[in-house]
Amino acid sequence: MAGDKVVHVSDSDFDAQIMKSDLPVLLDFWAPWCGPCKAIGPVIDELANEFDGKAKITKMNVDDNPATPGKFGVRAIPTLILFKGGQVVEQVTGAVGKAQLVAMINKAL
Amino acid sequence: MSSVEYDLIIVGGGPAGLTAGLYAARAMLNAVLLEKGAVGGQVLLTDWVDNYPGFPEGISGFDLIDKMAAQAARFGMQTRLGAVTGMDLKGPVKRLTLEDGSELTAKSVIIATGARPKQLGVPGEVELTGKGVSYCATCDGPFYRKHEVAVVGGGNTAVEEAVYLTRFADKVTVIHRRNELRATKIIQQHAFANEKVHFLLDTQVLRVVGKDGVEGLQLRKNSGEESFLPVHGVFMLVGTAPNNEMLPLADLAADPYGFIPTDGEMRTVIPGVMAVGDIRSKAVRQVVNAAGEGAVAVLAAEAYLRQLG
Repeated sequence: MAGDKVVHVSDSDFDAQIMKSDLPVLLDFWAPWCGPCKAIGPVIDELANEFDGKAKITKMNVDDNPATPGKFGVRAIPTLILFKGGQVVEQVTGAVGKAQLVAMINKAL
Repeated sequence: MSSVEYDLIIVGGGPAGLTAGLYAARAMLNAVLLEKGAVGGQVLLTDWVDNYPGFPEGISGFDLIDKMAAQAARFGMQTRLGAVTGMDLKGPVKRLTLEDGSELTAKSVIIATGARPKQLGVPGEVELTGKGVSYCATCDGPFYRKHEVAVVGGGNTAVEEAVYLTRFADKVTVIHRRNELRATKIIQQHAFANEKVHFLLDTQVLRVVGKDGVEGLQLRKNSGEESFLPVHGVFMLVGTAPNNEMLPLADLAADPYGFIPTDGEMRTVIPGVMAVGDIRSKAVRQVVNAAGEGAVAVLAAEAYLRQLG
């Protein structure tokens, strides 16, 4: 089903889900009031299906989780950060196209 | 000659493209709508649409798009996700290349690629995008609760969004390079009546200052004196730039700003190719005329297809 492979991450399980992940992780910072965030939702779902088992695709609602966006200086959404081995590899802001995200993840595999 | 896949390809899924999709699906054309991300366009950057008829209380940009997409889907509109990277439009068979390398062919094309917020083009802007530099007040306003922010621009979007930002920010300073705003009177009145909105007219932004995030703006009055305005965020709302990177601009006789001219039926200079919405060369860029243009273009496409026989 669309979207059920996307992992929803919170401030409390951020370390376990992302910093300690064996796979590269894409984290999408979003909020319900952000139109472009909703627009890229289907792209995030597709990525989760296509990279199943190779990379972890995650989302964090910035309304419910203020600590993590602050830690990474996120002041605009959607912002997507790619982590590998607990390190930030790349960061983009705005509703970017699917091809750009695929290329970004492929580089980290 | 191998057969042409589609009667019509619509490129772009904002209000213009979705309305074209609705009309094409309802006319039972063999058509597909291509969208690079998901449907929406610039209206998603808008918090509230107060001037689209049929919604007396107004409607959020996202809900309006959702309803337009649902209405087109009810008639079986086909959509396909993928960015168009190239177009060969001159011959009777229009060829579109997608980012994954595949090629689609059609007898007619409606270009509805839209526009995006323009960059101001000052030092610090690109480096601090997402870290205090924003192009979408609706998206990023809530990050500035109890902070001071600036809005650059003097048009409807800039002044309207400045008022919207006062829901979160303690103080919003509108910076405009001319000595009067371009926004319409009713929008100006709202802003003047709001004590959190301040104005710096006759003033230009020289650069955005900050290391890990925006710390302020270096400004210069047109009379010469420079100053520093400490702000936590700056919203660049200085107009729109066309999404035309994938278009054959010379073949389409693009205007000097990169927008595509058409006649009253939305026909470009290339037979079988129409342009609608914000990518069109025109004075007024509203959701309501974008939608109307989408409808007109499908009727023009149908007439063109009939004449092909």
